[in-house]
Amino acid sequence: MLFDRLQFVAALGFVPLCFAQTDDFVSRIQPVLKANCVVCHQGAKGSGGLALDSVAGLAAVVKPGDAAGSVLLQRISSDDKAVRMPLGGNPLPPETVAAIRAWIERGAPGLSQAGESKAVHWAYVAPKRPEVPAVRNQAWVRNPIDAFILARLEKEGLSPSREATRETLIRRVSLDLIGIPPTPAEIDAFLNDTRADAYERLVERLLASPHYGERWARPWLDLARYADTNGWEKDRRRSIWKYRDWVIDALNRDLPFDQFTVEQLAADLLPKPTPTQIIATGFNRNTLFNEEGGVDKDEEMWVNLVDRVNTTATTWLGSTLGCAQCHNHKFDPFTQKEYYQFLAFFNNTAIIDKHYGDTSHKYIEPQLSLPSGEQEARRKKLQKRIDSLEAKLKTQTGKLDREQRRWEEQMRSLEGAWKPLEVTAARSEAGTKLVRREDGSWLASGENPDSDTYVIELRVPRPESVTGIRIETFPDASLPKGGPGRDAYGDFTLTAMRLETVSSSGAAQPITIARMKSDGGHVKTDKDKPIAPLWEVDASRDEKRVGRQLVCVFKEPLAVDAGVLRLTLVQASEFSGQGIGRFRVSATDAPAPLKTVQVPAEQRAVLHMDPGQRSKKQATALSDAFRKVAPSLEASRGELKARQDELEALGIPTTLVMGDKRGTETPTAVMRMRGSFLSPGETVSAGTPAALNPWPAGMPKNRLGLARWLVSPGNPLVSRVAMNRMWEQYFGHGIVETSEDFGTQGERPVNPELLDWLAVEFMSRGWSQKAMHRLIAMSATYRQDSRVTPELEQRDPYNRLLARGPRFRVEAEMVRDIVLSASGLLSEKMGGPSVFPYQPEGVWDMPYNDETWKMSTGEDRYRRGLYTFVRRTSPYPSMSVFDAPSRETCTVRRVRTNTPLQSLTTLNDPVFFEAAEALAKRVAGEAGPAPAERAAMAFRLCTGRRAKPSEIDAIVRNYESQRDGFRQHPELAAKVSSGETKDAEMAAWVMISNALLNLDETLTKE
Amino acid sequence: MENTDSKQLLDMTRRHFFGRAGFGIGTLALSALLDERLSGAQTNPLAAKKPPFPAKAKSVIYLFMAGAPSQLDLFDYKPKLNQFDGQPVPPELVKGERFAFIQGTPLLLGSPHRFGRMGQSGAEVSHLLPHFAEIVDDVSIIKSMWTTQFNHAPAQIYMSTGHQIVGRPSFGAWTTYGLGSENQDLPGFVVLLSGTSQPDGGKSCWGSGFLPTSYQGVEFRRSGEPVLFLSNPEGVDAAARRRSLDLIRDLNEAREADTGDPEIETRINSCELAYRMQTSVPDLMEMSQEPAHIHEMYGTEPGKNTFANNCVMARRLVERGVRFVQLFHRGWDTHGSSGSDDIVNRLSEMCRATDRAAAALVKDLKQRGLLDSTMVVWGGEFGRTPMNEARDGSKFLGRDHHPRAFTMWAAGGGIKPGVTVGQTDDIGYNIVEEAVSVHDLHATLLNRLGFDHTRLTYRFQGRDFRLTDVEGEPVKKLLM
Repeated sequence: MLFDRLQFVAALGFVPLCFAQTDDFVSRIQPVLKANCVVCHQGAKGSGGLALDSVAGLAAVVKPGDAAGSVLLQRISSDDKAVRMPLGGNPLPPETVAAIRAWIERGAPGLSQAGESKAVHWAYVAPKRPEVPAVRNQAWVRNPIDAFILARLEKEGLSPSREATRETLIRRVSLDLIGIPPTPAEIDAFLNDTRADAYERLVERLLASPHYGERWARPWLDLARYADTNGWEKDRRRSIWKYRDWVIDALNRDLPFDQFTVEQLAADLLPKPTPTQIIATGFNRNTLFNEEGGVDKDEEMWVNLVDRVNTTATTWLGSTLGCAQCHNHKFDPFTQKEYYQFLAFFNNTAIIDKHYGDTSHKYIEPQLSLPSGEQEARRKKLQKRIDSLEAKLKTQTGKLDREQRRWEEQMRSLEGAWKPLEVTAARSEAGTKLVRREDGSWLASGENPDSDTYVIELRVPRPESVTGIRIETFPDASLPKGGPGRDAYGDFTLTAMRLETVSSSGAAQPITIARMKSDGGHVKTDKDKPIAPLWEVDASRDEKRVGRQLVCVFKEPLAVDAGVLRLTLVQASEFSGQGIGRFRVSATDAPAPLKTVQVPAEQRAVLHMDPGQRSKKQATALSDAFRKVAPSLEASRGELKARQDELEALGIPTTLVMGDKRGTETPTAVMRMRGSFLSPGETVSAGTPAALNPWPAGMPKNRLGLARWLVSPGNPLVSRVAMNRMWEQYFGHGIVETSEDFGTQGERPVNPELLDWLAVEFMSRGWSQKAMHRLIAMSATYRQDSRVTPELEQRDPYNRLLARGPRFRVEAEMVRDIVLSASGLLSEKMGGPSVFPYQPEGVWDMPYNDETWKMSTGEDRYRRGLYTFVRRTSPYPSMSVFDAPSRETCTVRRVRTNTPLQSLTTLNDPVFFEAAEALAKRVAGEAGPAPAERAAMAFRLCTGRRAKPSEIDAIVRNYESQRDGFRQHPELAAKVSSGETKDAEMAAWVMISNALLNLDETLTKE
Repeated sequence: MENTDSKQLLDMTRRHFFGRAGFGIGTLALSALLDERLSGAQTNPLAAKKPPFPAKAKSVIYLFMAGAPSQLDLFDYKPKLNQFDGQPVPPELVKGERFAFIQGTPLLLGSPHRFGRMGQSGAEVSHLLPHFAEIVDDVSIIKSMWTTQFNHAPAQIYMSTGHQIVGRPSFGAWTTYGLGSENQDLPGFVVLLSGTSQPDGGKSCWGSGFLPTSYQGVEFRRSGEPVLFLSNPEGVDAAARRRSLDLIRDLNEAREADTGDPEIETRINSCELAYRMQTSVPDLMEMSQEPAHIHEMYGTEPGKNTFANNCVMARRLVERGVRFVQLFHRGWDTHGSSGSDDIVNRLSEMCRATDRAAAALVKDLKQRGLLDSTMVVWGGEFGRTPMNEARDGSKFLGRDHHPRAFTMWAAGGGIKPGVTVGQTDDIGYNIVEEAVSVHDLHATLLNRLGFDHTRLTYRFQGRDFRLTDVEGEPVKKLLM
């Protein structure tokens, strides 16, 4: 699709001003040759003796001005397969052929740049300070930016727009510099400031505001793919908000961009870095982390390295280095080998290979703990105590041996107190055959129904003395896999259980079970989900195929006349045929019957063995079980839990950081053929692409060297790329529209001299971002009115030449901030862990993760958009609907869309409607009683502008009709009204506020 | 977009991306762009567009069986595998192979389920799928699917977007980018979830990647209002809403007159469309409009979040001209690490929850004459091993992830019915005939929608990206 634009332009029959392309052999024609021809026709051994990578070679096949006579065109356009190039391949697309024909017809401009001299794409030549152009309307120029803009406008016969009104300007520059609209008081102050430098003072005030860092952190966090979760299937939480706060703080203290770069890429390698500097390396720890069970950890690590390379190259070089992961870059001067050399810089991470169980392990990269001095002292103390308690609980002493013997005795006596109850009737509702065995147990056989209910009636000799009953289950050779259950694996699931007494008259009286405990298997407790089975036993492994018991105690003692107990056991799980295979019911009169299950099912047999007969493993297992309940250790167990909770409650923040292995000289990486992890190739050492600036002398070949290389004066890209992105935020488009791609396939800069001037100026001002903001914000270009005249709409519909000011819908976070700010709800609290404003239920629906969104309380509900918790697989709805990315990958440019789902959000999302209610209340409290006064204030709070009389009229009329509507429906008014006032007037103001918060102007930077 | 009413809604997008905002638009978008510019109209990103080639299919219903159904217990019958049940797998077959969980030399696992030959085509189908057996002559079965990924999230992302790393547009996003939608009162790409949770790959499975977010799938929610923020806040009735929209429109129009910015027109239309959605979506969701025999046919359970209900909804969406409907039903991950994720209990359960409705959907579309123009696709993200996984010595029968061979089926929209594509070896380990890659599948489906998959492109970061990356060929045998 290389020539879309040319064709497009031709089809329209006019050349839109800003896209006028000079013929660009380097960026338009050469890539076609490179991609399709040069593979064979290259160098001295070029096929057919032809080298299309040289001027001579090209001259042999191109006759400038005569396309038909040029061998190149003849061969690519031939119908004869034996002749047509590329030989044996698909023909070039017709539009490509047409473009080459047109290029030759125009005299093949740029041909002489080809070949041995290696014509260099503009972006790979370091910028030099261009001369500030002379312009006719010198009076308009406030700083050199304006001269560059105006020179172009004058060339095109256009004039700049007049300066925007002060009302517009203060809102525009406030949104641009701090992301929050000005308050009416701030607007008034500016309107009344008659000093000549009132605007300059405004800009300075905004640049000094701590909100400046918040506003400009947002685009950087998109690049850094900052989020609060790991991504992928499990998408668990991570703690890296300290990095977000570092970005905000670094911007606020105007950390020079070169230092900003070095700290984020390699602070850990600086001599004596501070913890704050190391936090900055979180930039490249924002990679995803796939914790899915079957992941190949080496591949996962590699995927992260690839992401680090691509993100670093996009962020600082504006280059699509990622294209060279699989093959040499088809268009730009990056080889595949260079890609892996770049990757090698990152391939030196200190990792811990952490094992989980037998089969899975993960690579864990470094994390920084950031306790305060006080926290650290406390942590050390607690950890010491925890270690000592854990050691104590693990150590079996002679004293404990004696105690254990008494415990075993007690357990055996408890066991002996259980007496099997005589069964008077046992039936199955679904037809299972139940047969009594000699030991008093019942064995199921016959058909195995999908679900079943056993009803068992038992005679209880002395009901008033019964303290508990228990259900025992047993393995049995007649059951599948030896039981104890009836499903294919010998498992069972009990989904419900009822206990009743039956009087002699047959009247049943339910018994409330106070507690139940099992010695194995899952027992539902109140905290569990309602669908969970009551008692679910997995007997799938041999060692688990043992008898188990479920012990129940009652809320009230059984009545004296409760001679018969009826027990109903229900099996109705989601799977079929999971009935109990063999069971027995007993009762006891011993106190505390639940203690019976202190002995785990697997160790019950050991309890009855002579201690001398026990194997070491058996003895240890039983001791372990004992120490978990030993009375003499109770205090220690309690303290351990308390200390662990205390440690947790210290809330020591942690953050993910980079850290290299020590002692590696130059890191290396294994190339991956065709970009596939499974195809390892040559091992290469760290290095940077030859087409860019040379490696700075004496710099170590590691990430720190890489960072210094990026910001060394010879680097042609970094300063341009950074300034272009800054420009894009102000004007909606970069000077290079493709701010993510400065390569030959990207757009040419619409004003190359301006871009170079800004890039050089940025460096010469010590990489100060605030200095550049000041320049842009002060320029006459920026201050223009944004009105679109019919002429401009026709000639420069996308405002690339900037004959007017910018006007576009603000970004997702700013939509939120504007609305909260207008309503007075916005919290200005800065930093800290991410927050959870209102989110509808059910948005979080992650596998293996039943975490729920717990709404923040207090002012945390109304924090600025950038503090909203970012869950990668489930982004916050009102952010993503306004084009905020999921932060799974590095994003340079957000595409701005305009959809009905956005309207639904701003109209109906409770966050936005709550803001409408707050705004109505605010206006009722602060404005005069007349509807026109309230309308004026509400309008101004939303748009920053004083409404025109016609606008006030429209609002008041609408207010009256809303009010009349609500008067007829007071029940609706009561629901809509805010605060204590529940009348039709207030309801109408809520609706008016809701409408005003939805205005295009409210959500737009004008 | 025939009637004038819809024409008024044409102005829905930011001109900035459909203009040549430097995104380097592919051929397709270019033609749209030319039309737009020459006619002086702005473009709604979801306005219906004609594909470059005659299309067989107008819409797609994609039944994504997240978790990966076991092809060996459902479609790919292997008597030899049953014969060698419990024997060690030939070591040369698994040498150097990466498994998600299998360790050591695993044992072969025959299917515990019965198979039978069904329909005119005589395709072999498991008794777990009695309803599918009834539509077997209307569908085409691909037994030779393969993928490059062997973990759920990357594999689902790969199947959804043609690339294993998140960040690219999903199939549905590409389709609506290429074709827009026939109904402007509903989203063009709708996602319906049932089963245990959202898919492992997360919402990126229906994301728009680097395409404008207008093309991302809109998730209809499992409970509460189907589309987020569709309902008016409590106490706001339709009349009050209409009044506030009137004010918004009046003030926006006034601002447009003042500033001359045509973007405002776009916002006015978005607002009005939102209002229309407030009526059209509840009407769509009104399942009681369906007669009893339809409920019976699908096995719906009104008021619950089930796959069957979603199938009915999918048909209702397609009937209304929605371009792409994707159902995700998660829970097919039958490793056999416990009794609740095995190929005996769990697989039967999953089939009971989905078989009847999936078959009913095909039958229902057919009886309404919609099957010819609607492509129904069924499948997971990879297959399952012919070996028993036996994780940590588990006695439950289960199969690990298997990217080398799995089965999918498709019906309608110009997919040739009654055909079986591909064959695997005697134990179902490798494909021996007519291998179909994920890119091939996408190329085939795009072909039916009227696209050359190599030409449906979007310029991003200096490259023309496409759903099929740099590979893929339509499977001729599937084309009618």
